[in-house]
Amino acid sequence: MAMEQMMPSGEMQERMQEAARKLEPMMEQVSEFVVRTRDVHKIYLMGKVEVHALRGVTLDIKRGEYISIMGPSGSGKSTLFNMIGGLDKPSSGSVYINEVDLAQLDAYELAWLRCRTIGYIFQTFNLIPVMTALENVTLPMIFAGVPEDERRDRGMELLKRVGLAERWNHKPFELSGGQQQRVAIARALANDPAIILADEPTGNLDLKTGKEIIELLKELNQEKGVTIISATHDLKMIDVSDRVIWIRDGQIARIEDRSKIRVEAALEVEEALMEGELPDVP
Amino acid sequence: MTRARGSMTAFGLTREEIRRQIQLPWSEAFRISWRYVTIRLGRSLVTASTIFLSVAFLMAVCTMILAAKATGHAEEDPQAFAATLARYKWSVILGFMICATGIISALLMSVTERFREIGTMKCLGALDNFIVRMFLIEASLMGLFGSMAGAIVGALIMLVWAGVREGFSLWVKVPWGIKSPTGEWGFLGYFFASILAGIILSVISAIIPAYRAAKLQAADALRTEI
Repeated sequence: MAMEQMMPSGEMQERMQEAARKLEPMMEQVSEFVVRTRDVHKIYLMGKVEVHALRGVTLDIKRGEYISIMGPSGSGKSTLFNMIGGLDKPSSGSVYINEVDLAQLDAYELAWLRCRTIGYIFQTFNLIPVMTALENVTLPMIFAGVPEDERRDRGMELLKRVGLAERWNHKPFELSGGQQQRVAIARALANDPAIILADEPTGNLDLKTGKEIIELLKELNQEKGVTIISATHDLKMIDVSDRVIWIRDGQIARIEDRSKIRVEAALEVEEALMEGELPDVP
Repeated sequence: MTRARGSMTAFGLTREEIRRQIQLPWSEAFRISWRYVTIRLGRSLVTASTIFLSVAFLMAVCTMILAAKATGHAEEDPQAFAATLARYKWSVILGFMICATGIISALLMSVTERFREIGTMKCLGALDNFIVRMFLIEASLMGLFGSMAGAIVGALIMLVWAGVREGFSLWVKVPWGIKSPTGEWGFLGYFFASILAGIILSVISAIIPAYRAAKLQAADALRTEI
């Protein structure tokens, strides 16, 4: 468990173990669903116009699943994504992470959740430019109170896992886009999260690098059992996804299982072509 | 399954435990802020230069007072001396106000520039007060270096100028310590007070930008296109 890796000293250690004892039985009781949303609505006010970004999204995501949320821009997929990450609050409806209703959490608990349960990956990589690769990876560990030696060791291990161990001392601007995204993936894994939220992770990458990143995410998904939820309109994602959730006009248009995916995806491309809105076709 | 039992929170930890598990030690905050100040050295220097100028002016006025007292000019015409002092006092206050405006606008700019980084840090689990802390440390660092340089330069210029006008023998008569033998402010007293004033000014000016940064919604911060 993640908790056990960050025990600094004697007394603290005991407290942490106590917390883990309390937490563990709850984790077992927790259902197989790591994310659940119930009739989530979101209404933005843009000037005087109400924008209905989400219109009742109900969704269950199982532990260890690889999910792609697809849809044209403006479909509400980013909004849904922000809701799951606790970055935004629904206007009505509820979002549960590990069966915990996000609406009930205060600022500290939300920060705790973002720090330990959720790892974020962004389209624009969002590494902190003044920090080296290793410092970027260890930043979430600083917030989680991991002691320095352990931070360094774990940070290096993660960088090694994403194939950038020898670049640990490079600043983001000295790395290529693909390398930056790898560092970002290592950073997302820093505190051993249950969920990785990836917002268009391949959006700023070329075809080949994008493929590599998708493969890396899939490998990590299988190795660590981390649930990956990715908002994307990159059709390359479909191949590796367990389920694809199509969002249209703030609603779930349909959910496809792995078996059906390929055929449906081809149809989707066709349909998009007919409508004249071509998605990112390789 | 019951979730919120007594003081227990949703995660099966008490609120106290959760608070303890999200932290940014001062040493780490300091290290990160130091990074920001040194890496954007040009920007930091511009911000620090307004502090430099106003503290240099303050220290020059203080040194002038010491020189006037040392040469005995202050006693020759106490009324004229008091009138001059009052004029300078207002100039110093005005200088500090202009300086504060400069720092506020420079830091607000820096908040806008670092929109995305701040949002990212929040996604990674930073609390609002971590962001505030980093901005305030940054401001105090710039305040410290700006006012140190300002105090040294302001004092030197005034000492040399007074020396040229009145003869360098007055340097011997200036009380160099924290306090003069008569119990009034001495050179070092003014020196440290000027530096402290510069730091306080800089930290106070940083409060508004720091809160502005901390209140950024992580989601908004990430949505902004460059």
